[in-house]
Amino acid sequence: MARTALAAARAASVALVAGLLLLLVIRIATGLHGAALASAVAGGGRPTAPDFDLSRIDGRGKLRLSSLRGRIVVLNFWASWCDACKGEAPALKAAAHKWAGRGVTFVGVDSQDFTGDGRAFARRHGWTYPSVHDGSGSVMSRYGVVGFPETWAVDSHGRLVDHVVGPVDARRLDIAIRRARAA
Amino acid sequence: MIARAFVLAALALVLVTPVRAAAPIMDAREQRLETRVMCPACHEPLAQSSSPMAERIRHFIRFRLAAGEAPSTIERELVEEFGPAVLAEPPASGFGLLVWLLPAGALAAAAVAVLSVACAWHRRTALDDAAATDISPALLRRLERELATFED
Repeated sequence: MARTALAAARAASVALVAGLLLLLVIRIATGLHGAALASAVAGGGRPTAPDFDLSRIDGRGKLRLSSLRGRIVVLNFWASWCDACKGEAPALKAAAHKWAGRGVTFVGVDSQDFTGDGRAFARRHGWTYPSVHDGSGSVMSRYGVVGFPETWAVDSHGRLVDHVVGPVDARRLDIAIRRARAA
Repeated sequence: MIARAFVLAALALVLVTPVRAAAPIMDAREQRLETRVMCPACHEPLAQSSSPMAERIRHFIRFRLAAGEAPSTIERELVEEFGPAVLAEPPASGFGLLVWLLPAGALAAAAVAVLSVACAWHRRTALDDAAATDISPALLRRLERELATFED
């Protein structure tokens, strides 16, 4: 009886440790996947952009990235409390205006932010393109974003073709969009 | 003139007193929330973080408390904005339940292991005792005799 209980306790302990190790491996693998996207793009690869389906901060329903397949998407990760995001906001506004009607869609991903703050920020900077709310930061993790702002260019096949860490300017946005068009 | 000064002083006292009395209650609720809420950007308790995001959430908490909202409502609003990970304590449901169950499971497994070892040890001791007393009277007398020769 005691031997059986001891064996059961040992089995439970092993299962517990195995479970914790599995959770750790999943956590590390998820984090690595995001970081791997940036490495792949830097090395000339074209990994598939992780899909998401998030609420728009303007309250006009949800936006799924894969629904924009066939168009070039400029995906900009930002937060209203990020100073550098304020700096790049005019360039994004101008580029979105410049590329409008030419098969390019700008999408902002307002991460780790209050929806109301994000909405006010977008309005203040005159952004007319949609931004989605990623309050938990789960989408930014999947893209390996560790700081704001960061920008990705997605080609018409839904593949990541360019990545900018830090604020973007008009010239860098043009390069990213041309790369996506050439892909 | 003096009477007017007294009236003004009394009025000032009346205006200030409720604020001073209410402030500690407000602070306690705010402090408690700051230990229960995490900064989503830096993954530290709000009370220990000075990041712009933490500062913004702190402002939100203060504003909502001043508006008369209950801390539980404020926590719920923060979860709606930032997801369940904004709370320092994970929810006792879904995946978060694991965090509560795993330590309890580990404790139960450890308790069973300790009990099993204790039972096994107790049984072995009992068997040893039984074996030790299971000596025939003749053998015991002979043993005593032989031990006595050693003492001499």
